[in-house]
Amino acid sequence: MSARPLLLGCVALAGCGGARNQSALAPEGPVAGEVASLWWFALAVATAVYLATVGALAWAAWRARRRAARGEATDPARDHRRMTVAVSVGGALTVVILLGFFVRDLAAARALRIPVTRDHVKIRVTGHQWWWSIEYPHPDPSQRVTDANELHVPTGIPVLVEVTSHDVIHSLWAPNLAGKKDLIPRYVDTLWFQVDRPGVYGAQCAEFCGHQHAKMALPVVAHAPRDYAGWLARARRPAAEPSDSMARRGREIFLSGPCALCHAITGTPAGSRVGPELTHLASRRTLAAGTLPNGKGNLAAWILDPQRIKPGTAMPATALPPADLEALLAYLGGLQ
Amino acid sequence: MTTETSAPVAEAIGSDDDAALAELERVWRPRPGLRGWLTTTDHKAIARRYVVTAFVWFALAGLNAVVMRLQLAQPERGLVGPDRYNQLFTVHGSAMMFLFAVPVMQAMAIYLVPLLVGARNISYPRLNAFGYWMFLIGGVLLFASFYLNMGPDTGWFAYVPLSGPQYTPGKRADVWAQMVTFTEIAGLVAAVELLATIFKTRAPGMSLDRMPLYVWSILVTSLMILFALPAVAIASTLMLAMDRLVATHFFNPAEGGDPLLWQHLFWFFGHPEVYIMFIPGLGFVSSIVETFARRRVFGYPVMVASLVLTGFVAFGLWVHHMFATPIPQLGRGFFTAASVLIAIPTGVQIFCWIATIWSGRPRFATAMLFAIGFIVVFTIGGITGVMQASVAFDLQVHDTFFVVAHFHYVILGGVLFPLFGAVYLWFPKFTGRLLDERLGRWHVALFFIGTNLAFFPMHLLGLQGMPRRIYTYRPELGWGDLNLLATVGAAIIGVSVLLFVVNVLRSRRHGALAGDDPWQGSTLEWAATSPPATYNFRDTPVCRSVTPLWSGDGEPAEALPVVTGLATHRRQILVTTVLDAVPDNRHNHPADTSAPFWMAATLGVTFIGAIFTPWAYVIGFALAGIAFAIWAWPRGDHPEDAVLPRRGES
Repeated sequence: MSARPLLLGCVALAGCGGARNQSALAPEGPVAGEVASLWWFALAVATAVYLATVGALAWAAWRARRRAARGEATDPARDHRRMTVAVSVGGALTVVILLGFFVRDLAAARALRIPVTRDHVKIRVTGHQWWWSIEYPHPDPSQRVTDANELHVPTGIPVLVEVTSHDVIHSLWAPNLAGKKDLIPRYVDTLWFQVDRPGVYGAQCAEFCGHQHAKMALPVVAHAPRDYAGWLARARRPAAEPSDSMARRGREIFLSGPCALCHAITGTPAGSRVGPELTHLASRRTLAAGTLPNGKGNLAAWILDPQRIKPGTAMPATALPPADLEALLAYLGGLQ
Repeated sequence: MTTETSAPVAEAIGSDDDAALAELERVWRPRPGLRGWLTTTDHKAIARRYVVTAFVWFALAGLNAVVMRLQLAQPERGLVGPDRYNQLFTVHGSAMMFLFAVPVMQAMAIYLVPLLVGARNISYPRLNAFGYWMFLIGGVLLFASFYLNMGPDTGWFAYVPLSGPQYTPGKRADVWAQMVTFTEIAGLVAAVELLATIFKTRAPGMSLDRMPLYVWSILVTSLMILFALPAVAIASTLMLAMDRLVATHFFNPAEGGDPLLWQHLFWFFGHPEVYIMFIPGLGFVSSIVETFARRRVFGYPVMVASLVLTGFVAFGLWVHHMFATPIPQLGRGFFTAASVLIAIPTGVQIFCWIATIWSGRPRFATAMLFAIGFIVVFTIGGITGVMQASVAFDLQVHDTFFVVAHFHYVILGGVLFPLFGAVYLWFPKFTGRLLDERLGRWHVALFFIGTNLAFFPMHLLGLQGMPRRIYTYRPELGWGDLNLLATVGAAIIGVSVLLFVVNVLRSRRHGALAGDDPWQGSTLEWAATSPPATYNFRDTPVCRSVTPLWSGDGEPAEALPVVTGLATHRRQILVTTVLDAVPDNRHNHPADTSAPFWMAATLGVTFIGAIFTPWAYVIGFALAGIAFAIWAWPRGDHPEDAVLPRRGES
């Protein structure tokens, strides 16, 4: 579309392309691709319509001014005829353009219907204030996986994400992959997309959901189908056994301290679903729903004083002696 | 009653008339001092304070926006935390919508409509005073709670369940719900008064097809208010506030309540609200273009039909705010079609204004520059609005900065540009003095630059994945530069508004004297003095065309015919028929009274008390009942009103 270089030029001019992995302008699959092409089409038409309108206004003002300056005689009857024609043509063109846009949109809507009849992967995402619970269903209950704050999908196959909410309304939006869907308590809706290439794409809550709406992100990790199977197999395993005495002490601290009141780690007695699942915490890219890069230092900071990092989060500050913290970090750091 | 043609007002006053004029002055004069301030029912006095109050809320809500922009200027700034930020944007949005955009348009109409239709005062003048006090209380409630750090923080559309008692304990959401109560009551009574004024007190001869386009815009808006505002009033005052106060479960999903019900009720109001804000703006633009192009607006019937059509279709769009919720495909198609359709009437009006300018003899005064700015800015907002009619596209940009950009283009373009233009046009009527044109040009230029600089980058931010209502963002998302640009734009808007304030304050005292008709206007308000007398017109003017003060296009008419026969010893207005404005009867207006003030004060106690206890309704309504009894009590000021002859008379 002709407007694309124009807009990209504007973007480049401002020197601010934005990150490419959370952008509707960089589609990574057919759903976002369809919408992006609709957008470029609409932008091109809109630019033409806008320039025509403002051009007509400028011309009208210039013409009237020149006419007044030259003291030209006016012919009201002729003016009136010409205006009638111009406004009628303008109105008719408006109708035609809008109709064209409407038809183009219906075509897009058709292309974006949920492909339930095709082979697909189903995943369930539940919104919480301010994190995501993610379930990978399986007919065999022992094969089901519950995870949090990172969405893993295979490439090349439609992904149907069933969305709902545990508390208030949230909205799941991965701009590179598809438009958003609201997560509403008592309602289950389906968002679908298909990813072309493996990679990590940004998603973020798009419906205002309270204090930490800003820090409710969700990395979407797309794997090639074989890697996805491998990832799922690893995710199905219970938590890794602590490898040394320090980590074992860390597990004791986890299970006997406040942590286990809210968090679950499969393979241990900790089974609470108040907070995010931690079974494979160490394999995640981020902490606290995309708030911090995952790492020992950030994890320590998060455990000691989460309210400083994410004010309002349900996670309370936990005062631990340095030795206990060190042990806990050793245990959590081993939860690959 | 006789209809007669006479020379223009000033020349018609003979010696006999002097006595009648003095009597008219005396009868319509408000009481002196503070008492007069509390009791006046003059539409102009009330409208003046209404407009000024609305602009105060505008300035305060604008300050909120500046703080938000400073916070977002760079990634991970710590100027305000999430708690304060959420209050900032909630109060900004709520105040701009409930306390500024709609009320200021109604306030301007309260001033202008009686003058444009040639009436002595607005209909239901006491209700008018009451409406202002309700509006004032609502605004004070919102901003006082904000400055006391108990401001609402759940967004201007207060989605449940977030705004419900489970997720927003405390009183913040209650403050929001009751603020809505006050402003909706104020909005509804103003709509009723304006409708009665337009339908029943137009100057003789001003049949519906001779009504100025601005009056048409207010007619359409007022009808829309009548149908739209009850939806949100019921949803907030009756349902949300009751959920929070007495634990009903309208919206509580845990008890079978429905969070989507709120969205339907809210947007059934919220979408028409957009048109309620900017249809008066379209009316302003028609007045400005007509006055400064010195030509009747081209295509009067089409303009009227467009306004009416917009008013109707506006009620068929609300679901396009809910495309991300589970809505059946067919329903979405309907709302897409309606959202596309509504662009047609507005487009046609823009074409008509361009044609008017094309064939006119335009003067590019500040007001006209604002009207042109309106077309240039608003059209962008209109076009992005059509884009969002598409479900597929909307799902990408819904609840992102793209939408923030879109509706700020619509509102700044469709409300503020016309409103500022209207102030430049009518300031001489309000005060007798002209606003300074040089400052005005700086104002319009900076406002235009600031608007585009602040809001154009937001389109890109939205497409680059930036959601609305986030108090901060990570640097690696790359949104910093565009946000900084937007903040600079916001600062420029701030400077331009400051220039406007300076201009108003200075010109009010030192501006050039305007005379009654500085622009050679076309409509009846310019036949009144500047500022108008408390009774507006010495004699009720007669209207023989849509531009009664012009004989052709922009040529002043020889004389304005008037009718006489209204009493001068008491407040009396002429009532005319709905369609053809044929004189029908004379209506006696009530005297000034403090009852509306007390009524509003008691209801203020009721609804503010209801934030804390349900008993406030019991006590408050009892007090309001007393105030209403005082309001409705017959005075007997005018013995001739008595139905039965008094004792001693036979």
